[in-house]
Amino acid sequence: MTETLVGTAAAAGPARPLVQVENLGRVFDVSPPWLNRVIERLPQRLLRAVAGVNFTIDRCETFALVGESGSGKSTVAKMVVGLIPPTTGQVIIDGVSMTNPAHDGQRRALRRRIQMVFQDPYASLNPRWRAFDIIAEPIRAFSLADSRQEIAARVGELLTLVGLDPADGAKYPHEFSGGQRQRIAIARALASEPEFIVCDEPTSALDVSVQAQILNLMRDLQDRLGLTYLFISHNLAVVRHMANRIGVMYLGRLVEVAPSRDLFRAPRHPYTRMLLDAVPDLEMTGRQRKAVEGEIPNPIDPPAGCAFHPRCPFANDRCRAERPEPVAAGAGEVACHAVAEGRI
Amino acid sequence: MPVETNETVAARVGVAPRIGVAGRLGAVFDSDLLHSFLRSKVTVLAAVVTLVIMAGALLAPLIAPHDPFDVASLQLLDSNLPPAWMEGGDPRFLLGTDDQGRDIFSTILYGSRLSLSVGFLSVVFAAVLGIALGLVAGYAGGSTDSVIMRIADIQLTFPAILIALLIDGTARALFGEQRNEQLVFWVLVLSIGLSFWVQYARTVRGSTLVEKNKDYVLAARLIGIHPVKILFRHVLPNVMGPVLVIATINLVLAIILEATLSFLGVGLPPTQPSLGTLIQIGNRYLFSGEWWIAIFPGITLASLALAINLLGDWLRDALNPKLR
Repeated sequence: MTETLVGTAAAAGPARPLVQVENLGRVFDVSPPWLNRVIERLPQRLLRAVAGVNFTIDRCETFALVGESGSGKSTVAKMVVGLIPPTTGQVIIDGVSMTNPAHDGQRRALRRRIQMVFQDPYASLNPRWRAFDIIAEPIRAFSLADSRQEIAARVGELLTLVGLDPADGAKYPHEFSGGQRQRIAIARALASEPEFIVCDEPTSALDVSVQAQILNLMRDLQDRLGLTYLFISHNLAVVRHMANRIGVMYLGRLVEVAPSRDLFRAPRHPYTRMLLDAVPDLEMTGRQRKAVEGEIPNPIDPPAGCAFHPRCPFANDRCRAERPEPVAAGAGEVACHAVAEGRI
Repeated sequence: MPVETNETVAARVGVAPRIGVAGRLGAVFDSDLLHSFLRSKVTVLAAVVTLVIMAGALLAPLIAPHDPFDVASLQLLDSNLPPAWMEGGDPRFLLGTDDQGRDIFSTILYGSRLSLSVGFLSVVFAAVLGIALGLVAGYAGGSTDSVIMRIADIQLTFPAILIALLIDGTARALFGEQRNEQLVFWVLVLSIGLSFWVQYARTVRGSTLVEKNKDYVLAARLIGIHPVKILFRHVLPNVMGPVLVIATINLVLAIILEATLSFLGVGLPPTQPSLGTLIQIGNRYLFSGEWWIAIFPGITLASLALAINLLGDWLRDALNPKLR
């Protein structure tokens, strides 16, 4: 099955998307310890963090995943880069499956081409390492430079590229501000000359004034180096600034995927509408704004049917019983009975 | 932006490539630590006492006026002489002599040498074992973690001295009383080390559990760094702070445990006396008036223990960023 999939993907030629995520799912076992389970006769508890997620990312494109905390977007990010193995489905990057054992050899080469920028720049840099060694680690790991001089030159180049001084390499992470640390994290991600970078909320730990600088740096780097981004965020303003296409996640599932402009102009899924309604705007038009109602349900015990129905103003009996499948809507896809039936 | 060639960049980053072992070591003794050290007079005094005793122990063959192991030089006439300043004292023996005519000052120097050696070696042994097991348990998790930590729990239910007595007894039974004379030093190191590793393992496991989920470890995993390399290069330097503190305090405990074992007669034999053995010998004469045989080694042991303890306390506070 996977063989044929990869085969057709390879035959598709240069038009093939760089990243294909197929039916991706992840279940976490959050059961109490075995002894407690046996003695207290507790059942196994499974948490379905991600289920049935499909999307593709074209070369040089930025695809954003948005959603509230607990919607599974970070889990998707970690599965895409291979830090967590998926329970179902697979991630295919440039025709190479991240899980298929038949692709082990190719995956090693692929690893250099995938990088990640993490959320918290205070935790993503080893506090005992100098910036120089942090950035040089991928260069050394993939043997991208032969001599110490070459490594030093490359690290200096990368520091300049992210707007720092090459002499900063001698400093420790605690000597930098949050924004500067995130620049170092970006330099480390660029050190292996990747094509695809997964950004897991890269600005949410930063001051607002610094966020824009980092976002502009990332866009600038994308243009100069031809990078492809998977951009995870809960901040719609950030996503609007960065993304070409946006996927909205709710309780581990994609509820709507649409080009950025369409999504902001004409959101289809009730959840997307709710999120956009909640974004504060500077014009203060005086329009009645609806606050996001309710909270995301417990993923251990998700609601039947459409997971969003308890919070949805358009829910009917079908929504409570049957889970909606994604259907094409405009240039994107949406998983909603109300939209499919034309009720909204 | 002007185009930079490799050479100009290399020239500008001139500092960076020279970061070596010396640079990392220098960072450990950075100004912060040194400053807080000099500010605390108690700590400086403790360091001086520790250094004096350690220097005396190290240089014993050079500075000791007599060689207590040279049986030929011992005179039974000189036995049980009081300290030099007391009536009947002999200026050759500053702190008096013991029942065999050995100079107390010299035996203390040689004794602290043995006590400190046993202490250091057993702490190193315990630390290496504990750190390795703690790192593996914390990083691997699952059943590996359970097995290692349950063994540690079981070990904790035995008092350290019982473990030491068990190993010592086993060694005596295995090698016989005669061979044991040479082996007893290493048996002591092994038994004291084995009774202390749990503390290191628990501390390191706890810190490893925290560190392994931090993003810098994920970043290293992402580029395919081998887990062993991640453990040693990323996790280990970040869990060493508490370990250093435990090691300092444990050095005292190890020296005292060695003294206890020697005092009980299962430690170092009277032919190669440690501080504990000296106190045990002196204990027999304590009530017949020859107090100096037990008191001077006792004072040495107590001040060494106190000084190292104070150093450990300071180190714990200095390495705790919340107390800075």
